[in-house]
Amino acid sequence: MTHILIRSLDRGATIFLIVVAAIAIAVPVLNLALPDSAALHVPTYLVSLFGKYACYALLALSIDLVWGFCGILSLGHGAFFALGGYAMGMYLMRQIGTRGVYADPLLPDFMVFLNWKHLPVYWYGFQHFPYAALMVVLVPGVLAFVFGWFAFRSRVSGVYLSIITQALTFALMLGFFRNNFGFGGNNGLTDFKDILGFNVEAKTTRAALFSVSCVAIMLGFLLCRAVITSKFGKVLIAIRDAEARTRFLGYRVESYKLLVFTLSACMAGIAGALYVPQVGIINPSEFAPANSIEAVIWVAVGGRGTLTGAVLGAVLVNYAKTFFTTGALAPYWLFMLGGLFIAVTLLLPRGVVGTLRHWTAPWRDRASAAAEDGVTEPLPAE
Amino acid sequence: MCFRRAWLVALLFALGFALSGTSAEAASLDEALAHFTADDFSETVEGINEVAAGGSPRAEIILRALQNDQLMFSAERKAVYIMDDAGKLTDAASGRPVVGAAPADLDNVRINNRLRGAIEAVLGGLTLLASDPGARFAAAQAVFKSRAAGTLPTLETAIAKEQDPRVKRALMEARAAVILSVADAKDEDKLAAVDIIRQRGDQDALGLLSSLPAGTSPRVMKAASAAIAAVNNRLIVWSVVQNAWYGISLGSVLLLAAIGLAITFGVMGVINMAHGEMVMLGAYVTFVVQEAIRTKNPELFDYSLAIAIPLSFLVAGGIGMLIERCLIRFLYGRPLETLLATWGLSLILQQAVRTLFGPNNREVGNPSWMSGAFDLGGITVTYNRLWIICFALAVFAALLALLRFTRFGLEMRAVTQNRAMAASMGIRTSRVDALTFGLGSGIAGMAGVALSQIDNVSPNLGQGYIVDSFMVVVFGGVGNLWGTLVGSFVLGIANKFLEPYAGAVLGKIAILVLIILFIQKRPRGLFALKGRAVEA
Repeated sequence: MTHILIRSLDRGATIFLIVVAAIAIAVPVLNLALPDSAALHVPTYLVSLFGKYACYALLALSIDLVWGFCGILSLGHGAFFALGGYAMGMYLMRQIGTRGVYADPLLPDFMVFLNWKHLPVYWYGFQHFPYAALMVVLVPGVLAFVFGWFAFRSRVSGVYLSIITQALTFALMLGFFRNNFGFGGNNGLTDFKDILGFNVEAKTTRAALFSVSCVAIMLGFLLCRAVITSKFGKVLIAIRDAEARTRFLGYRVESYKLLVFTLSACMAGIAGALYVPQVGIINPSEFAPANSIEAVIWVAVGGRGTLTGAVLGAVLVNYAKTFFTTGALAPYWLFMLGGLFIAVTLLLPRGVVGTLRHWTAPWRDRASAAAEDGVTEPLPAE
Repeated sequence: MCFRRAWLVALLFALGFALSGTSAEAASLDEALAHFTADDFSETVEGINEVAAGGSPRAEIILRALQNDQLMFSAERKAVYIMDDAGKLTDAASGRPVVGAAPADLDNVRINNRLRGAIEAVLGGLTLLASDPGARFAAAQAVFKSRAAGTLPTLETAIAKEQDPRVKRALMEARAAVILSVADAKDEDKLAAVDIIRQRGDQDALGLLSSLPAGTSPRVMKAASAAIAAVNNRLIVWSVVQNAWYGISLGSVLLLAAIGLAITFGVMGVINMAHGEMVMLGAYVTFVVQEAIRTKNPELFDYSLAIAIPLSFLVAGGIGMLIERCLIRFLYGRPLETLLATWGLSLILQQAVRTLFGPNNREVGNPSWMSGAFDLGGITVTYNRLWIICFALAVFAALLALLRFTRFGLEMRAVTQNRAMAASMGIRTSRVDALTFGLGSGIAGMAGVALSQIDNVSPNLGQGYIVDSFMVVVFGGVGNLWGTLVGSFVLGIANKFLEPYAGAVLGKIAILVLIILFIQKRPRGLFALKGRAVEA
């Protein structure tokens, strides 16, 4: 165990973990301990906002794991994120109990509204947190496993895979928009009251959720580091750089891809589960293909294949989004976002962190660093 | 003196005789109108029926006024008036304007939905004898629906006089419907009626035959249930034809949207996420052309599409070439990055159009030769769908000819099959790339013109088609246009056949799942390229 930890932690990773841990402690303390008038006081709405960013960062990590290290560009990770979110949302719905508008002890409000008499079977068990937590990981994981098993086995790769993953999230979006699907249709799940007995609206709960999200980032980051520094990770990078050669060397490429894809989907599910109590709603628009592509651009901005870059990119882009969409510049946000897609792919293919690493690396090491960062010249054989 | 008086009396008598016809009619109309002054719904029904049965030329005017809440009555004077839009009163029976002050207790003759139905039915009966065949046809349809027993004599007269076969058919059907709903009609008449209704053979006929009044003889019942079975069979056949037609129509739209995508993807391996926005631009070009025509010379409106098609090809194609030169050529060999960059581009284009034209739907009209529809057996074929199918097939044929018979087509095929070899044979591959991308975008622009005729023109127009077009390309395979043709029609028809069973959304999901399963078997689509090009 220790040797995996030591192997995973280089200097950059340690610094990153320390920074995240510091934020995880500082933000709640500055929110709860200081009076509202203090200069360093962090308002509660900012805590929720940062918590949202933290969940996005975890999603970005999961995308970076498959895209940056295995070359699988999934345009459907938003689906895994949203499924995890729905699993958590179902738990939170069951916690409302008789406090709903219709005060039905068993059925959530929207089911009473739709005149349903019985709780659908797939809602059973969600009143127990451990079961819901299991489903948060299991549902996206199983979907990714089944989907990946079909896709990778028949060697669907490259842009084909991207398009199919996009179709997957699109199909799920259409399904969840239907009322008779049993997940609240258009309105999704909302009006949550409490989580594990704590009021979701309370300041302390919000601060705790933020800290938990940061811890999730740290654990996710450690997991990714452990994966990519292992022998398994080396094979993943080999697959990314020369899939055919790796296969000819005797590795079962599809098994490697399947495992990392499933792992990444589970991470995305956890990110979604942490996201829902902090924003207070989950609805089918989370499945929109545009969301998944946007998540990919966070990774591209930060630098694919850098992990820290993915986290940084998610926070940066989302901060920019919050900043621009709330002011007078709102009509121009989509121009900015679109420009960002183009500028990053054209001018900054390594992303922010990747480029920094490239510059700071000694000249001699740059060629090998480039290979580590995942930016290589396209090989004629691929 | 005495003589003169006698003469006067005789004269008056004669006059009275001459006038007696009209005065008798007027008297019955007055009696009928008296029902309206009772302010009671069932009395009003009596009034409606009597007014209609009286056959007065004023009947229609009175009933229309009643329908529009313009019929007034005064309980005090026992009189009924019509108040026009300007508030002027005329006497209902005579049509003469009312002189002097309006009665103090003037009030509307109130009607409810049941009465509205009764008025509709009675009016239908009245217009059965109208001079305009269209009005007669509509009246016959109204009677078919209302089955008002009182219209039977009028129907008989109308059928005897009718020359137009279409209207005559409708009148016969209306009579059959009435006969079937009247309890005391003869069985022979009813059997003949069942036969006529069976020949009509649509959903209305089915409704009529399955709701025969109680007390119908078993013989008629048996004939009716046989007719129901026959009509059902006919409907099933036609619903299959209908689904196939809708499927072909959807397929042609998919073909138009996907064909440009197939070219760029086939030749350059580039996924152009901004392809849908090229379609959207084409639709907006149509809008601009139509706006210009509306303000400058409206008589050219029917030619607006003829102007818009080449223009949209040039605009979208030009923008496409610009995109290729400024963006995509720097990203060759990095298909995933191209995908992201073109997605960003699509966001920018959408937002640009939203800023320029506003976020709402824009009105694009159908030229006269594209509006309307005709009946083909049991289905309705709209002209705009028909033209779009023709247009899609024409574009497909033109593209096929371009690839097969021109030098540019030859170069394009060469680059698709083996880029390196084509380059070493002296083909300027970068020029071919730019032109190909322009061609693909231009075709998308033309697709936009077609889509503007059947869909809402909004900045999100392209988004709705992009996933479907990708599915077509993935399903059909790249590098072969026939794959796109077959793919789009198969997907279109499959979609429309699944819809009635699974609903629109589940049908779509089923299609997506089927495609995912399909590419298990054939990862490169229906018509895959073989050989080295596969790995390129």
